[in-house]
Amino acid sequence: MSETLTLAKALNRGLRRSLQADPKVLLAGEDIGKLGGVFRITEGLQAEFGENRVIDSPLAESGIVGTAVGLAMRGYRPVVEIQFDGFVFPAFDQIVTQVSKMHARTAGRVPMPIVIRIPYGGAIGSIEHHGESPESYFVHTPGIKVVACSNPNDAYWMIQQAISSDDPVVFLEPKRRYHAKDQVNFSARPQPMHQADIIRHGTDATLLTYGSMVRTCLDAAALAAEEGTSLEVVDLRTLSPIDWVTITASVRRTRRAVVVHEAQRTLGLGAEIAARLHEDLFYVMESPVKRVTAYDMPYPHSKVEDEFLPSVDRILDAVDASLAY
Amino acid sequence: MVQLLTPEGRRVTNDEFEWRGTDDDLVGRLRDMTLTRRFDNEATALQRKGELGVWPPSLGQEAAQVGSARALAPKDTVFPSYREHGVALCLEVPLKQLIALFRGTDAGDWEMLDRFRNYQIIIGAQTLHATGYAMGLQFDGLVGNPDPADNAAVIAYHGDGASSQGDVNESFIFSASYNAPVVFFCQNNQWAISEPMTLQSRIPLFERARGFGFPGVQVDGNDVLAVQAVTEWALERARNGEGPTFIEAFTYRMGAHTTADDPTKYRRDEETQEWAGRDPIKRLTAYLREQGAIDDAHLARLEEESKDFGSEIRSWVDQLRVRTMDELFDNVYADNTVELEAQRREYAEYNAGFEEAL
Repeated sequence: MSETLTLAKALNRGLRRSLQADPKVLLAGEDIGKLGGVFRITEGLQAEFGENRVIDSPLAESGIVGTAVGLAMRGYRPVVEIQFDGFVFPAFDQIVTQVSKMHARTAGRVPMPIVIRIPYGGAIGSIEHHGESPESYFVHTPGIKVVACSNPNDAYWMIQQAISSDDPVVFLEPKRRYHAKDQVNFSARPQPMHQADIIRHGTDATLLTYGSMVRTCLDAAALAAEEGTSLEVVDLRTLSPIDWVTITASVRRTRRAVVVHEAQRTLGLGAEIAARLHEDLFYVMESPVKRVTAYDMPYPHSKVEDEFLPSVDRILDAVDASLAY
Repeated sequence: MVQLLTPEGRRVTNDEFEWRGTDDDLVGRLRDMTLTRRFDNEATALQRKGELGVWPPSLGQEAAQVGSARALAPKDTVFPSYREHGVALCLEVPLKQLIALFRGTDAGDWEMLDRFRNYQIIIGAQTLHATGYAMGLQFDGLVGNPDPADNAAVIAYHGDGASSQGDVNESFIFSASYNAPVVFFCQNNQWAISEPMTLQSRIPLFERARGFGFPGVQVDGNDVLAVQAVTEWALERARNGEGPTFIEAFTYRMGAHTTADDPTKYRRDEETQEWAGRDPIKRLTAYLREQGAIDDAHLARLEEESKDFGSEIRSWVDQLRVRTMDELFDNVYADNTVELEAQRREYAEYNAGFEEAL
């Protein structure tokens, strides 16, 4: 059974299913109740499940995550919404010093089955702190897992998998793709959450990307194909842990890799991937790993964000450079 | 400030709070406080001998800790900071595990986590955990039941320094908004390492509670009767569904912040001497003697018990097992990652290299 849904609606359906399946699942966040969240991801859920399961929080992100820690200690599975990527930083302390370390600190006695949903990324013409890509901070932090969905089917399944996870999960939602529609298959067995997906097969180079940039990379691959270049596209899906098996298998075949992400370059995912490919495929690669990323500056005002973020043209330019090496 | 026993050991009355226990109970409190002080002194000495990495002394705060701990009902849960040794002792948390934490043989993953959560080093972070846990008690139907035995509450310990933290203020807001069954027990020991109370607040801390929408009470933190009476009242409110309470236990950190600190650099000896005159153990001893509830023989037996306890504590350090790197690899995640398993093998292979060399 399948249906065409927006990514936003698919998340809503996934959350609904988790709330139905497990009475210990709770949602909390700012404006998620009556309003259904500023992006309407939780629309209708408070009406259906009540104010004790879909909880409007005071405007304090550290409080939202910190109380989620206490709820998790009490046996609940809190799913918290951070309203915008740039607002996660007040909660950074609780995430990094508490959520991520509790399991290790207590020698496994106290798991933290918390999902921290973050609408992330730019290109929506918004104001400062509404277009950030903070994934590296969390990928760098042991004890939490980080995933990014890129399409409605993954959104539907991965949110449920994240909620079922006994480890804390930072769940990145590509906000510029919230309204993109695609098929959601409700009955097929979903792919495991911590697995990358080769979503377009090719032979000349591999584009490695995730979240909002998956669509951009697919567009780039389609254009490249018209010019006779065959690009493989890997949707990483899981950023921590990274699925090295799928990534290295792809690059072993294509021998060239371009990493694409919205986050700034220095110590972004691209750095880790380049280092790893260097370690594992040193004799196989035909050219150095290229990175197409945002520039190392604060996220800019919206009139220039398209130039700040990776685009199809910048990706193709990097592919050309890789092929010409 | 609520006080039921003066520094001289004289019983006084208070319009709102009364001591509901017996003199026998107080003899018990004297034992709790004496053993807490012994435990703390031994741990401080162990650090001086190099057996512990660091130790945060509870010296002087025994009444605040023992009085509040003895107010707890069996279903209540404690969220401590890192200095609540007396609370742990009253709850019969194996104290060896506290020694292990500060010796660095493990990270403080003790038993009885349902009663006494792990120590918290980030200042004030536990107040939010306590609030979330208390919200969970509400969802679980453990608040406001007709039979008090069906109810539960949470007590969150923090200090005067923590009162400046955002997390603590956020926990006040969340607990008030959701009417969560949590008691914030602030041991105002006057000093946040070197920073005096006046740097944290221009008004007495308990007055802040009103601004958050719940009662605040200041209690003589060196008076175990008053502390227990006030905490019992606050916990009862919480269990009954009447929401949070803030208790400011006005006390003094007689020792250093931790063994790494040097209070002579920032506070006057006269101040410390003045507070020594308000000692919680001395005043209870004076009162119980006056009542005839204890005599020299009793105190001698208590001293004997305390000494035995001291040697037991000293024996623990050699019994502690260091949690291994391999166990750490096990415990980062509930469901371990392929990457971390690979790093575990890398670590093992590295070590195996040394064995081959031998």
